[in-house]
Amino acid sequence: MPVSKTWVFAEADGGKPIPLTLELLTKARQLGGEVEAFYAGGDAEAIAGELGTFGATKVFTTGDLGGALVGVPAAAAMAAQIEAGNHPDLILFGMTYDGRDTAARLSARVDRPVLANGLDVGPDGDMVETAIFGGVTIVRTAFRSDPPHIAIIRPKSFAPEPAGGGPAEVVTVDVPDTGATNAARVLDRHVEEHTGPKLDEADVVVSGGRGLGAAEKYELIEELAKLLKGAPGASRAIVDAGWVPYSYQVGQTGKTVKPTVYIACGISGATQHMVGMKGSKNIVAINKDKDAPIFSIADLGVVGDVHKVVPKLIEALKARS
Amino acid sequence: MPLNVVVCVKQIPDPATPGKLDPNTKTLVREGKLILDDSDAYGVEMGLQLADAAGGGEVTLVSMAPNNEVSGLRTALAMGAAKAILVSDDALVGCDALATAKVLAAAIKRAEPELVIAATESTDGYTGTVPAQVAELLGLPSVTFAKHIEIGDGKVKVQRQTEAGYDEVECPLPCLVTVTAGVVEPRYPSFKGIMAAKNKPVDQLTVGDLGLAPDQVGSVGARQEIVEITAAEERKAGEIVEDEGDAHERIVQFLEQLKVV
Repeated sequence: MPVSKTWVFAEADGGKPIPLTLELLTKARQLGGEVEAFYAGGDAEAIAGELGTFGATKVFTTGDLGGALVGVPAAAAMAAQIEAGNHPDLILFGMTYDGRDTAARLSARVDRPVLANGLDVGPDGDMVETAIFGGVTIVRTAFRSDPPHIAIIRPKSFAPEPAGGGPAEVVTVDVPDTGATNAARVLDRHVEEHTGPKLDEADVVVSGGRGLGAAEKYELIEELAKLLKGAPGASRAIVDAGWVPYSYQVGQTGKTVKPTVYIACGISGATQHMVGMKGSKNIVAINKDKDAPIFSIADLGVVGDVHKVVPKLIEALKARS
Repeated sequence: MPLNVVVCVKQIPDPATPGKLDPNTKTLVREGKLILDDSDAYGVEMGLQLADAAGGGEVTLVSMAPNNEVSGLRTALAMGAAKAILVSDDALVGCDALATAKVLAAAIKRAEPELVIAATESTDGYTGTVPAQVAELLGLPSVTFAKHIEIGDGKVKVQRQTEAGYDEVECPLPCLVTVTAGVVEPRYPSFKGIMAAKNKPVDQLTVGDLGLAPDQVGSVGARQEIVEITAAEERKAGEIVEDEGDAHERIVQFLEQLKVV
């Protein structure tokens, strides 16, 4: 059965839809049928234009949530629409903090299964494709429940393409009272300062791993990234060790990156890491261990000591500029 | 005020050994010795420290496994958890995420905790939806992706990871919190702890004990089905060079070809 209507759970940052939302709208359009967005926040008017450009005819919104975490009220509002008969066949969520929370809550509330980690959705919207074992195996899982089907999709699974439509119509929906369940409140937001391009948008990513040996050696990664006008990244091992903040993490739990060049320094290539970077157009790996799994996907692999190769590379690049 | 904490833990095949799918059931093969998921050690440690800081209360582990597996639970008991509830039933094989959440929610209810802790996601399945589904089923608020937790005045204060940094979130108890790796440094079980763990109670329950119908869980109750497994398009290894002091020149050349420099 073709999809007659798809909802995209829209998210925004600084009054603009996040790239993942535009990716999901593009996919929703390709499935055919109506495309509508659902947005939990007070500034739906600000994003309605761009949501429309990417194919949403309507954006349902909860309005301002008064500091509540998104998951509970957003899922309750969506469930109320579904129960009242405003019924999509498929709901696409992005694999983000709030996307996962909301999809999970909605799943329990409307008693439907949820499929996560999606890389693609079948043409009828009833099947989700995921990659397992570090991306070497593709699994297709079908929903065996009544619609709406709930899927959570990884970033950068689809290329966003505008469709040129007018602004989406903003429709404010009721948020049912969820009592104590909705008691979590955001008191304050902390923004970590970043210079240079964003990790998941950079054209060049230079990542460091345990092979660096010590936290202070991460400076090499930052310097090399800066010289290449790229972003520094990290494996989970050194994030867990506290060398760099979580926002640097590339992998299954961290960011998915697909830069023109990914340079892995002292990273062996654990499954968890490879899932997040194997879509890079070109991969350079520097590692002491010639048997490191990272070499199996590298376009250029250097078997050598990062402490020798990277400083020389930095010097050579500096000499050129 | 004593703080009773439930920590959801998963026992998984050793991630160091390559994963396999059963060609018939198309589910992950979970055979051999199971170990405590590393991601859960953080939650166990956090639970122990919070109960300690509250001046009393205990940590109860809640886990689900198809084959009465307890070796992972013993590790967490050796760290200091007081007891465990293990839901083990052949009917559980092939549970989807929501069915798993229903089983865990029913088991957690028995412990009447003030705080439920879970990892953000498991290492083997990494769906990452089960904790919030459990919270919804129990009617609890939740704060996910915690990188720091404190408790005071009947409230939990959490630093919750965000794309930009972190949010300071406050939530009254009872509630559910999911923790990231790095929220706290897990202790290694002491010899005394390992010995003591052997005699700690593990309450083994079946699906029927929890009042759930067998057709709500496992592969019978699953409302999703793996229909196809294929090999991903392989990314081929390229050129490998041994560094003899000049490998950086090859990298520069490579970057030049790509017009990155």
